[in-house]
Amino acid sequence: MTTLDMTGKACPIPVIETKRLLAASAPGTSVEVVVDNPTAVENLAKFAEQRGYTFSRGEQAPGAFRVVLTSGDADTTAPAASGPRRTVVAVSSRTMGEGDERLGATLLKGFLYALTEAPAWPEVVLFYNGGAHLTTEGSESLEDLRKLEAGGVEVLTCGTCLNHYGLSEKLAVGGVTNMYTIVETMLAASHVVKP
Amino acid sequence: MDADAGRVVPHDAAPLFCSGGGCTAKLGPRALSAVLAKLPRPTDENLLVGFDSSDDAAVIRLTDDLAVVHTLDFFPPVVADPYTFGRIAAANALSDVWAMGGRVSTALNIVAFPEDGDLNQLGTILAGGSERVAAAGASLAGGHSITGDGVLYGLSVTGTVHPGRLWRNDTPRPGDALVLTKPLGVGIACAAHRLDAAPAGVYEAAVESMVELNLRAAELLADADVHAVTDVTGFGLAGHLLEMLGEHHSAVVDTLTLPLLPGVKHLAEEFFLTAAAQRNRAHAEAHGTRFDHVPFGVQEVLFDAQTSGGLLVALPRADADAYVAALAAERAASGNALPVAIIGTIAARAADAILVR
Repeated sequence: MTTLDMTGKACPIPVIETKRLLAASAPGTSVEVVVDNPTAVENLAKFAEQRGYTFSRGEQAPGAFRVVLTSGDADTTAPAASGPRRTVVAVSSRTMGEGDERLGATLLKGFLYALTEAPAWPEVVLFYNGGAHLTTEGSESLEDLRKLEAGGVEVLTCGTCLNHYGLSEKLAVGGVTNMYTIVETMLAASHVVKP
Repeated sequence: MDADAGRVVPHDAAPLFCSGGGCTAKLGPRALSAVLAKLPRPTDENLLVGFDSSDDAAVIRLTDDLAVVHTLDFFPPVVADPYTFGRIAAANALSDVWAMGGRVSTALNIVAFPEDGDLNQLGTILAGGSERVAAAGASLAGGHSITGDGVLYGLSVTGTVHPGRLWRNDTPRPGDALVLTKPLGVGIACAAHRLDAAPAGVYEAAVESMVELNLRAAELLADADVHAVTDVTGFGLAGHLLEMLGEHHSAVVDTLTLPLLPGVKHLAEEFFLTAAAQRNRAHAEAHGTRFDHVPFGVQEVLFDAQTSGGLLVALPRADADAYVAALAAERAASGNALPVAIIGTIAARAADAILVR
């Protein structure tokens, strides 16, 4: 096993050198790293956790903390095979379709009601931009959305949007989400329904 | 106004050795509070702000309408260019007075320099510091220099404030919007730059942010109903926000609006992370900082130690909207591209001190 002596090296050098060595080595390679401070040990542990590497602490003498990192086997990042059908409904405004706003609001309310009556429910309903008005106090769809939520449908509203419309304290159904989760949810969907 | 903040003044001084200076050299919050807790507390009733509140500067009332703001800040080189280092150290030291709502009056140099060092290098550092002090409208009035193994530079700054218009760092109110006036990630950018791993423009953007004075960011708050202000430096955004929240408030931080330097999320994922950032993470997580589906690279930016970071301001939402618009417009008019944004909201204490999503 290779030993990297990183004593006297300030962060981030120990992690960067370890990263370089493992990147240039075959999968499953182990490297012992010696650092002179506990913060460097924590940074190496964090690095191993993020990369899915095995991490173990060896001898911890003052001024010489020994740790071992082992890179993962190859092919752990293969994309998942096509999974089961996963439907996501994305509500991006307070109306359904463009045209008369009052009509659009009535249509969207009707869509969410009809969704509760549909034979198969989506896994997730996302609300963003003007859609944030549907999950907050004053919405006429709260009862329908609560029914979906009680049935296991995840109801999520964009936090940035709630904030923008001053609705942060008025969320009445479901949870709050961010753009990372919205992107992840949409990418993982087998199809996305936009009313 | 700071239109020429990014300019490089030609000089022939040698580059500085720089191993991770600036505010990454700050003692960790845990170590610091343990030491400070053992000191006797001052009893002068005119001392409006002392170290017991972890504020940015000390404030002593002289009369009913005049108080003096004292602060000092110094650190090892954060960049190799001596002139730029001087400017950054000065911008950083001056900022504490503005974070208290004060006006800067005088500044004194604090210097440690090797006995056999190149005096041209020292002169260039001091020229950089002097340039920023002048740009701030303050007078550089002297200083103190000692010999040392490594280079240290900073300033002791004195300013004034009306005792009734003092901005504390720990008095936000539920419902306030949180504004941040500079992008995050200068620690990550500088760490990557030192290891020759920063993409083009990242380091330059970090320098542009660090030399920017917080003067106008503070002055434009004059008409707002300001509840709490601090500047984001060595403890990172999460650490300074925790100080602001104290025991009675919580905050939700919105990663979508968080201003970041270009490239730093990726560099954080590549582990260009300082020891200071890891100490800041340990402290913030032990004090109730939680991430809701936030990628690792963005998490790290919240712990990244900032040198000469922006102001973090808690104020009512309407005032925050007007303030952000005014600062952004003024910067755009002077060709300054630094971002300013509402990054979250203050609430009464909830389960988490800081919820990041």
